Amino acid sequence: MSLLSIQNLSVSIGQYAVLHDVSLKVPQGGVFVLLGRNGAGKTTTLRAIMGLWQPSPGSIRFDGEDITSLHTSDIAKRGIAYVPENMGIFGGLTVAENMVLATANGTYDPQRLDWVYGLLPALKTFWDKPAGALSGGQKQMLSVARAIIEPRKLILVDEPTKGLAPSIIDAMAEGFREISAETTILLVEQNFAFARSLGRDMGVIEDGQIVHTGTMEAFAADAALQDRLLSLSAEGAA
Amino acid sequence: MSDLFGKLGGIYLLPVALALIAFVLIGAPSSWLTLTVAGLAMGMLIFLMASGLSLVFGLMDVLNFGHSAFVSFGAFVAASTLAALSGWLGAPSILLNIAALVLALAAAIAAGLLAGWLFERIIIKPVYHDHLRQILITMGALIVAEQLILATWGGTPTNVPRPAFLEGSIIIGDAAVEIYRLFALVLGAVVYLGLYLLLNRTRIGLLIRAGVENREMVESLGFKIDRLFIGVFMLGSGLAALGGAMWAGYVTLITPALGAEMLVIVFIVVIIGGLGSIQGTLLGALIVGLSANYVGFLAPKLALASNMILMMIILLWRPNGLAPAAKGH
Ligand SMILES: Nc1ncnc2c1ncn2[C@@H]1O[C@H](COP(=O)(O)OP(=O)(O)O)[C@@H](O)[C@H]1O
Ligand SMILES: [Mg+2]
Repeated sequence: MSLLSIQNLSVSIGQYAVLHDVSLKVPQGGVFVLLGRNGAGKTTTLRAIMGLWQPSPGSIRFDGEDITSLHTSDIAKRGIAYVPENMGIFGGLTVAENMVLATANGTYDPQRLDWVYGLLPALKTFWDKPAGALSGGQKQMLSVARAIIEPRKLILVDEPTKGLAPSIIDAMAEGFREISAETTILLVEQNFAFARSLGRDMGVIEDGQIVHTGTMEAFAADAALQDRLLSLSAEGAA
Repeated sequence: MSDLFGKLGGIYLLPVALALIAFVLIGAPSSWLTLTVAGLAMGMLIFLMASGLSLVFGLMDVLNFGHSAFVSFGAFVAASTLAALSGWLGAPSILLNIAALVLALAAAIAAGLLAGWLFERIIIKPVYHDHLRQILITMGALIVAEQLILATWGGTPTNVPRPAFLEGSIIIGDAAVEIYRLFALVLGAVVYLGLYLLLNRTRIGLLIRAGVENREMVESLGFKIDRLFIGVFMLGSGLAALGGAMWAGYVTLITPALGAEMLVIVFIVVIIGGLGSIQGTLLGALIVGLSANYVGFLAPKLALASNMILMMIILLWRPNGLAPAAKGH
């Protein structure tokens, strides 16, 4: 049974229909990658799961429950964490304050905090600094740290590698691999090399419609398919 | 240069600089002291009225032109309470004096909280995310509130009695400093401190500050911001009513037009200070209070225009106000 199941989801923003009849099943465990060009509807899909856009029509089931019309905060309480494209850092708050808001009751499980420090060492160094003063990579790490400081069932991550240096991207891939051992990750990416190194199952979205789903292994082996759907096979095959 | 400015306290030096310039221009230390205390007291009262508006705009992006209705309600409720307790006001027992004042301020705050709750549920809730309709409906609500006050308290100016222990002045050198103004100053400072602690030392305050920056992210972390907002809205309307009650005692004569009169000044303060930050609001309020008193003394003809000129200068220098809350979008 899938952990997250999106059925016939359409989303309109204002007058503009962005998603058309999107259906997607994200199985329990591992990393599910959603690929697609700029403007294809990846962010909109994640926002709809989070309850930040209302589907019209369509339904979203999570962990055996219909969450379609739940309030965003209640969706979060079901165990879904969101690492948005703009990272959603509270720049006027310190790193510590950002982190404490991501805990359920203001306290940390010390072992878990140590684990997060181990994954994202920069966090400890900047603990008392204003989050607005962090670099892009550090902000991204803080955003991920907030998502994993409590045990979650699903983490939605939107283009975490955007604008980051290759060395940081490698470290981040390592982090996500470890996180995905305990939590399912739905990863939206345009960086195919990064996505391929992590993904087990995958889908491609194009103009607000799902145009392909399957395993990452099969997709990575099919250069013609990548070329047709992403026009970035050269980059990915390198 | 800007480094030195920052080290010395940056924008928080502006009221001090203003006071120093005024000291040179005014020449007479006793007049200067009287004006400075009056300016700071006026600033603190405006701060009480404006702080809620700033938080509400910052947190929920709601433009509430009806905010100053709470100021009016607070003023009239306090005036009526004080009038009803007039026997206590002049009583030789200072305890009865204080009891009358506390009851009047508490009645004003209670009226503000209740009015704020009704206002949020009935007026604001249907027009979230729609600035134009917010402006129209909240301005309409201000007019309705004014008419309600007119119907209840009548159109003739209402006298506001003061408790005896706040009457009179303290003489410092040759300067007379009104006790009521000192009290307003202290009360404003205490409220600021309380708000500061609430915002910076509690989890609710943390949520409010985070919500001002990025509402969606706060909800994505599992918090219902609407509930928080009603709380902030009521807190803001309660403080505005407290400010109105204190203002009534400050001017001692109030009319139903009080709300509309204060609206402009409250908006100027919030815009000068920067939206969503109480530090900024306090700073803006003190600057407005001080400059109103100094300009009123030095160049009375400019008094009406001085707030607008001040706002233009500050916005040319800092388009987002002096100390706006960070916006994380
Ligand atoms: N808030 C919005 N208002 C109007 N159009 C939007 C908004 N958000 C996204 N869109 C449009 O919806 C389409 C999909 O956007 P998005 O989901 O952000 O794409 P992706 O994340 O795949 O790059 C784009 O054409 C974009 O212009
Ligand atoms: Mg996107």
